[in-house]
Amino acid sequence: MSDQMFKVTIDNKTIEVPPGTTILNAARMIGPEVAPPAMCYYSKLKESGGKCRTCLVEVSKGSEKDPRPMPKLVASCRTTVMDGMEVKNFTSPKVVEARKGIVEMLLINHPLDCPVCDQAGECHLQDLSYEHGTEETRYDFNRRTFEKEDLGPYVQLHMNRCILCYRCVFTANQLTGKREHGVLERGDHAEISTLLGKSLESEFIGNIIDVCPVGALTDKTFRFKNRVWFTKPVDAHRDCPTCSGKARLWMRGEEVFRVTARKDQWGEVEDWICNTCRFEKKETKDWVVEGPSEISRASVISQGHYAGNVGTEKPQVFIDKIIGKQPKLLLDIHSISDVNKKGVTLSKIDGPAHSDDFGLKNK
Amino acid sequence: MNIQFSPEKLKEVNELISHYPEGKQKSALIPILHIAQGEFGGWLDAPVMDYIADMLKLLPIEVYEVATFYSMLNTKPVGTYVFEVCRTGPCMLNGSDDIIDYIKNKLGINEGETTPDGLFTLKPAECLGACGYAPMMQLGKHYKEHLTRDKVDAIIDECRKNAASKN
Amino acid sequence: MGVKLLLEHANVEGIRYYDTYRRVGGYRAAEKALKMSTADVVEEVKKSGLRGRGGAGFPTGMKWSFLAKPEGVPRHLVCNADESEPGTFKDRYLMEFLPHLLIEGLLISSYALGSNHTYIYIRGEYAWIVDILNQAIAEAKNNGWLGKNILGTGFDCEIYVHRGAGAYICGEETALIESLEGKRGNPRMKPPFPAIQGLWMRPTVVNNVETLAAVVPILNMGGDEYAKIGVGKSTGTKLLSACGNINKPGVYEIDMTIPVEEFIYSDEYCGGIPKGKRLKACIPGGSSVPIVPANLLFKTAKGETRYMNYESLSDGGFATGTMMGSGGFIVLDEDQCIVRNTMTLARFYNHESCGQCSPCREGTGWMYKILKNIEYGKGKMSDIDLLWGIQKTIDGTTICPLGDAAAWPVAAAIRHFRDEFEWHINNPDESQKHNFGLAHYADPRPVPAAV
Repeated sequence: MSDQMFKVTIDNKTIEVPPGTTILNAARMIGPEVAPPAMCYYSKLKESGGKCRTCLVEVSKGSEKDPRPMPKLVASCRTTVMDGMEVKNFTSPKVVEARKGIVEMLLINHPLDCPVCDQAGECHLQDLSYEHGTEETRYDFNRRTFEKEDLGPYVQLHMNRCILCYRCVFTANQLTGKREHGVLERGDHAEISTLLGKSLESEFIGNIIDVCPVGALTDKTFRFKNRVWFTKPVDAHRDCPTCSGKARLWMRGEEVFRVTARKDQWGEVEDWICNTCRFEKKETKDWVVEGPSEISRASVISQGHYAGNVGTEKPQVFIDKIIGKQPKLLLDIHSISDVNKKGVTLSKIDGPAHSDDFGLKNK
Repeated sequence: MNIQFSPEKLKEVNELISHYPEGKQKSALIPILHIAQGEFGGWLDAPVMDYIADMLKLLPIEVYEVATFYSMLNTKPVGTYVFEVCRTGPCMLNGSDDIIDYIKNKLGINEGETTPDGLFTLKPAECLGACGYAPMMQLGKHYKEHLTRDKVDAIIDECRKNAASKN
Repeated sequence: MGVKLLLEHANVEGIRYYDTYRRVGGYRAAEKALKMSTADVVEEVKKSGLRGRGGAGFPTGMKWSFLAKPEGVPRHLVCNADESEPGTFKDRYLMEFLPHLLIEGLLISSYALGSNHTYIYIRGEYAWIVDILNQAIAEAKNNGWLGKNILGTGFDCEIYVHRGAGAYICGEETALIESLEGKRGNPRMKPPFPAIQGLWMRPTVVNNVETLAAVVPILNMGGDEYAKIGVGKSTGTKLLSACGNINKPGVYEIDMTIPVEEFIYSDEYCGGIPKGKRLKACIPGGSSVPIVPANLLFKTAKGETRYMNYESLSDGGFATGTMMGSGGFIVLDEDQCIVRNTMTLARFYNHESCGQCSPCREGTGWMYKILKNIEYGKGKMSDIDLLWGIQKTIDGTTICPLGDAAAWPVAAAIRHFRDEFEWHINNPDESQKHNFGLAHYADPRPVPAAV
């Protein structure tokens, strides 16, 4: 094995990566400002990726040896880099246009029931539509619906919301060994199902909830209990005989509303957790709390009332560094808002922020 | 129903499995599902699929996934005679719409439905590779080509006769 | 009469059976090939310039030379007999009437590629052909052409017929491989290509029935001689399955030097259009290739005669040309409706999409719904641009070529027949009673004299 590195340039930023690295992972190494969105790829799941087509990029130079551009857009999650490759992501009008089209496709049959969806606030399809989609759809037919299927006490399936990323199928295959659900039928009738309404209860099956990018698979024990942005995520651990026991508790006051795995910057699970940790341990006394979780400031979870560091600093990454891309909304509301004063430490406020907290009440 | 291949069919199944390398017996799944469908009432009920999963050492869901993917494998009951009438481009150019309408009226069923006596199912099909002999339909193992209304009448009569002789 | 290499003996009585096939010179090519080195056999195929007959037209010799040959790992040849492209029924004809030609081709190719276990993946609907092939394989085996140590060369080969179960997508080579492994026909992500990791992750070549049959005449006459037939990079002969509104639908073998006009009107081939009707349009290479109106069919945009070969048919690109594709030649007469035809094709692709990737899964259904609205008098003028936009999103963004195949017919129909779509939308009631007719893309041939 040679330790030769491949040089790859993505949106004018160059990095050296080991051979075999995919374009998407090279882009993630550079940073979020060049990383393509990924709805089906999951670095921890073998065979995942290639299906949603949202991570398509333009390869404007194949390699140093063969500089010809690739004729078609390629799925960055499944294409490995070559030495000297040049890739255009946000800087390619072709990519931006194609992605817009694909986001529209993903949404034409999506119910857009975000107001009643437990995934709202941490939904990758919401983020994707917001970042890469258009404001309206041109689809004026009835949306596709599926018959409801009950998957037992833990997992709530809303097939209408599914984008068929196959992540839950790979998760069940790779974590549980005895998969009971899969993709049935084909084409636009393809659906996640067990065929017979089986109850999914195997030890690690709860992880299919965490890998689901949309609200198709949600936690039945958390169903309609709260909005994710009203709960505070804290990292905690316990001595678990089955899994790592490293989890994230979603709390309001002293109450644990939900337990999930910890997720990284890309929304991917860091350590898989078992069903016991996820569904049975819902009291603070079950856990050793480590402290507030790091949450991206772009996430609604950090808005309003929570997050250690929302406040004074401008979100440089999201505004200035994305080449040729203007933000659609001003994310740093704090710098112009009359309400949310700078310098007020939001995490110290108990519960949702209120005008009282900013000293505006008797003005 | 006792779900078990007859010794004769089992021989056929084992012959199929032997076509593939050791440990790759899953490859025989689709051909075996054809045999199963023929043996167990023209469609694949869950217990039938479970029987085959067990035989090939597969998870049941692997069989369900495959059975629901392919258009020739039925996971819902069908009539004794399934009329799969092609309606794609070349057949349409040669009057398949008229043939489908005629069958609908004659049998009093819509696409995807089965006659109350359980004899006929009308299943619209997409291109069956008989474009030069259009319009056409598949009936069991064989194609009925150059269809006309008269031919459809004759086919239906023959099916009824065959069904009656079996009872 | 043109050269006949594949169908030369198609009309010999009993040609389906071994004795007859052998009597008219069958298995001579195999005899010859098995005495050659495998590299020399590959070389003959390379020299012949043979291009894949399944639709993409990729040079067969080159495909063979990509096959990886790691030590100790078995390799496989798989014959793609999942013929499902609307308009195409040539492979069926070959297998039904000349099964030994395919088996001889498979034997030679298996020898060249080192495949000891070769599979024919046949579409499930061709159920009776499975019996024909199995019988022919048994005959070949009884006569020493299959099995162990064939002709004393030390080469072992078994051919198995594997029946699919109804899925157009399994004609795509990686979906075919998945299906052959007993899975759903979801195309694989490439790379790796089958030549490196194919069936059971072993190096695999997938070739179309006609391609493999063509190996027989190539070995018989030599690659160089084969390459002399035809023109340019369109060497040898090609089977065409002609259908639609013609007097003599059927399978024809051509040497790729005849003009399109001759192919349609000559009595040797399609025999003209029934009832003296005029030609409106043609889809010359299976439903996926762009439809062309009559005025662009006989002559290219430059005014040159258009011939039945890869280069000439694609002259003008997608703007004014089309493709040779799989050779499914579909003719539409003056009374046919382009909107309805496009709708049935859109329905086909919608029905056959595997559902794995989002642009194809969602886009094919969307296009079908819009086309259905237009066809049934419920269309809006904005629908035409919307259709154009959808096909553009699908084209080139999907995992496999089914997306492109679904997009192109819609794009071409709008490109050449936009006025017909508009007429449908502007005249919702009238369009339910009769079709649009010929318009400006009228048949360039003189109006036939009244009978």
